[in-house]
Amino acid sequence: MLFTVLTGLITSSLLVPFGKFIKTKWSILLPFIPVLLFIVYLLYVPDVASGTNFLQHLPWVPSLGINLDFKLDGLSLLFALLITGIGSAIFFYARTYLRGHQYYDRFFGYLLLFMSAMLGVVLSNNIITLFIFWELTSISSFFLIGFNNDNADSRKSALTALSITGIGGFFLLAGLVLLGNIAGTYVISDLVAQHNIITSHQLYPLFVGFILIGAFTKSAQFPFHFWLPGAMKAPTPVSAYLHSATMVKAGIYLLARFTPILGNTDLWNYTLMIVGGFTMLYAAIHALFRIDLKAILAYSTISALGVLTFLLGLGSKEAIVAASVFILVHALYKATLFMVTGIIDHETHTRDLTHLSGLRKVLAPVFIAALLAALSSAGVPLTFGFIGKDLIYEATLHAPSHLALWLTVLAVTTNVALVAAGFMAGIKPFTGKLPQAYEKIHLPYTSMWLPPLILAILGLVFGCFPGLVGDLLNHRTANSIWGGETAMHLKIWHGVNTVLLLSLSTLAIGTFVYLINKPSILKLAAIEKFNRISPQRIITGYAYDIKRFSNWYTHLFHDGYLRSYHFKIILFAELLLGYKLWLSGPISIDFSVLTPPSWYEVVIMLVLLGALYIIVTTKSRLTSVVSTSVIGYCICLMFVFYSAPDLAMTQFTIDTLTTVLFVLVLYKLPSFMNFAKKGILVRDAVVALGFGTILALIALRVLYEPNTTEISSFYGENSYLLAKGKNVVNVILVDYRGIDTMFETVVLAIAALGVYSLIKLRLKSSEKE
Amino acid sequence: MELLLILVIGLLYAGGVYLILRRSMVKLLLGIMLLGNATNILIFLLGKITKAKPPVIDESYKIFQDIYADPIPQALILTAIVISFGLTSFAIVLLKRVYALVDSDDLDDLNTPEEEDL
Repeated sequence: MLFTVLTGLITSSLLVPFGKFIKTKWSILLPFIPVLLFIVYLLYVPDVASGTNFLQHLPWVPSLGINLDFKLDGLSLLFALLITGIGSAIFFYARTYLRGHQYYDRFFGYLLLFMSAMLGVVLSNNIITLFIFWELTSISSFFLIGFNNDNADSRKSALTALSITGIGGFFLLAGLVLLGNIAGTYVISDLVAQHNIITSHQLYPLFVGFILIGAFTKSAQFPFHFWLPGAMKAPTPVSAYLHSATMVKAGIYLLARFTPILGNTDLWNYTLMIVGGFTMLYAAIHALFRIDLKAILAYSTISALGVLTFLLGLGSKEAIVAASVFILVHALYKATLFMVTGIIDHETHTRDLTHLSGLRKVLAPVFIAALLAALSSAGVPLTFGFIGKDLIYEATLHAPSHLALWLTVLAVTTNVALVAAGFMAGIKPFTGKLPQAYEKIHLPYTSMWLPPLILAILGLVFGCFPGLVGDLLNHRTANSIWGGETAMHLKIWHGVNTVLLLSLSTLAIGTFVYLINKPSILKLAAIEKFNRISPQRIITGYAYDIKRFSNWYTHLFHDGYLRSYHFKIILFAELLLGYKLWLSGPISIDFSVLTPPSWYEVVIMLVLLGALYIIVTTKSRLTSVVSTSVIGYCICLMFVFYSAPDLAMTQFTIDTLTTVLFVLVLYKLPSFMNFAKKGILVRDAVVALGFGTILALIALRVLYEPNTTEISSFYGENSYLLAKGKNVVNVILVDYRGIDTMFETVVLAIAALGVYSLIKLRLKSSEKE
Repeated sequence: MELLLILVIGLLYAGGVYLILRRSMVKLLLGIMLLGNATNILIFLLGKITKAKPPVIDESYKIFQDIYADPIPQALILTAIVISFGLTSFAIVLLKRVYALVDSDDLDDLNTPEEEDL
C-alpha cells in the first residue's frame, strides 16, 4: 500500500527533471499510472469483499507513536477505487484538455501529488499520518486552483481555498492530538476499541468540535462552503477531480472513518444532521439561480456533500448504507457532468447557460454522457442514482418517529432542487435550437468525450445490476462505517411503497421546477443581493480586518524611531517587573543588618548624584562627558571602600581612557539641541523615574534574600590550594574562568581593530554622500 | 550605606533611561554608560558589601583566616567594565564617523524610511 501511495509522489518528482519529455511525445504514459493503481486496487476487491482487512506497518517516529500505518478495509477501498478510477478518466481527459499548455508538466506533477496525498488520507491507519496527507491535499489543491496564475481571480480563489482548508487543518490537528493523547494511541483501529472511553471523556465536545471544523472546511459545509464555488477557477479537469469526486469527499471520509470512534452520541449526530441538513438545502436552492454551468455544479456538489454529512449524522444503519452508496453515485455522475462542462467550455468558450442550446446536434456522444449523468443525478429508475435516492428516503423514513416526517420533507425538497439543477447542467445546453455560431463545432478528440461517457455508462450498469457493486464494495464500506454487519442488499425493485412514491414525485416536481425555472441574469442578480450577509462576506471581511489590524499594530511598534522603541520596551519592562514586584508583597527594612555609612561615603555619593544631575540637564557636551567621568570615579572610590581593589583599579583606568577618547573625538561637536516639547520631557522623566524606582525596589528586596555562598567559598578556599593564587578575583578570571576571559580579550581586540580602522578610514568625497 | 547605594542605583537607572529616550546620539551613549554603571553597582550590592576585607589571601597563609568580600560579583563586574569599554570606545568612534558623514548628531537624520512608510 505504501508503494501505491509513493508511486504518485515519485513520478511527480521525476517530472521536475524529465518534464519536457512529457510535454511532447511521452504524455501518453501519464494516464497509465492511475490506471495501473486502479487495477491494483481492483485486485483487492475479492479479498475485501470476503471481509479481509489488509494492514501494513512501517516505523517512522515510533517514540512519538507516529508510524506509516496503512489499513485497507471496505471504506478505504471504495475511496481508493474512486481516486484511482476517476483519476484515470481525468488523466486521459486532461491530457487532451490541456494539450500544448505552457505548464503541462507542472499540471500533471500537481495532479499526481494530489492523487498520492489523497490515497494517503484514505489508507492511513495513523491519525497523524492521515493529517500530513490531509494537508498535502490542501497544498496540492492550492496549486491546482491557482494553476492559471496569471489570472488575479484564480490566485485569489486559490488563496481563499487554502486559508479556509488551512484553518480547518489547524483545528483538525488540535483535535487529533487531543484525541490521541486521551486515548493513548494514534492508531485508528485501536481508537475504535476505545469508543466508550473517548465519548465519555469530559473534553469530548472540544475535540469533536475541532475535528468537525476540519471536516466541514474540507467538505465545504455551511458556513465554510464558499471556497468551493471560488475554486471553480481551476481548469475543469481539476474541478472534476478535486472538487466533486475526491478532495471535498476527504471531509466525508474523515467523518465516516471517525463515526465508529466518536459517533453515536447526541452531539455528533445532531451537529452533523443540522449542519449537513442546512447545507444541502441552502446549496441546492442556490444552484437553481446560477447561470454558469460550473457554478451550478459547484452548488449542487456542496448540496450533495451536505446530504452525505446529513446521512452520517442520522447514523442509523439505513443512513450509513445510503451514504456509502451515495458517495459512489455522486462521484460517477458529478465527474461526468464536470467533464461535459469542460468539453462545452473548450468548444464554445462559454459556460453561460443563457447562451448555450442545441448542442446535441454537434456533440452527440457528449450529450449521451450528460443525459445519463443528469438522469442518474435525478434518480430516474434503472440508474444508479435511483438506488441512491431510494436509500436516502429509506433512511429518513426510518429516523426516530418525531423527526422522520421533517427529515423526509427536507430530503425531498433538497432532491427536487437537485433534480432541477442536474437537468440544468446536463440537459439544458443540449436542447433547443442550435445557434448559428455553434454550427461549426465538431467533436473533440475521443480521449475527451470517452471518459465521461464511460463513467456515465457505469452509472447505468450499476443501476441495472446494483448487486454487482453493492455486495462486493458498498456492503463492506457500510460495515466499516457502521462497525458491524449492515446486511445490505441493493435491489432495483422494492415493490410499490412509500419510498417509490416519494422518489417518483421528487422526479416529477423536479422536472416541473426545471421547466419553469429559466436561467437568467436577473435571477442571478437577485440572489447576489444577499451576498452582503453571506458567510463569505463576513469571513473575508474578517480576514481584511485582521490584515488592517496587523498593519496598524506593526506600524505602532515599528515606527522607525529608536527612542520610541526604547520607550515601549522600557514601559513594558516596567509593567512586567512592577506587576511581579506587587505580587511579591510588601518590603520591610531591617536596619540592624545594614552597614552604617560614614560621612565621606555620604559626601562621595552626593557628588555622584550632583554629577548625574548635571549630565541630565546640561547643554554642553564637554560638561556631560566630564560629569560621566566624575560618576565613574565616585564609583571607583566606592569600590575602594568596600574591599574591591581590582575593580577600583580597572574602573579608574577605563574611566580615564573613555573620557580621553570621548574628548579627543567629540570635542568638535556643537552643544546639544533641545527638540522635545516640555510634555514629552515630563513623560520621559516619569517613565525614567518609574524604571529607577522599580529597580531600586528590586534591589531592596534582594538585599533581604538569603545569599548562597557555596561557590564563593569554594573559590575562596581553593584559590591557593588548587590554583596557586592569593588574589581570588584574579584567580577566578584567569584560571577558573580562563577561557571566558580569553574570549573577552578577543572581543576587545576586535573592538580595537574596529576603532583603529574607523579612525584610519578616509572616504573619498564622492563616497561621503 | 546599602540604602544610599540603592538610591544611587535607582537614580542612575532613571538618568540612563531618560538619556536613551533623547534624540542625540551622544546622550544615547552616555545613557548606556550610566545604565552600565548602575548595573555594576547593583551586582556589587547583591554580593553583600563588606568593608575593608578584600578577597586576597594573606601573605603568610594558604587559606583565609577571616571573613572576606564575595569574589564572584567582583569577577563579574570586572568583566563587565572591560567589555563595556570595548562597546563605548567603538561607539564613540562610530559616532564621530557618522557625524563626519551626515553632519548631525540627531538620530532621526539617520532614518531612511521605506517608500511605503511615507
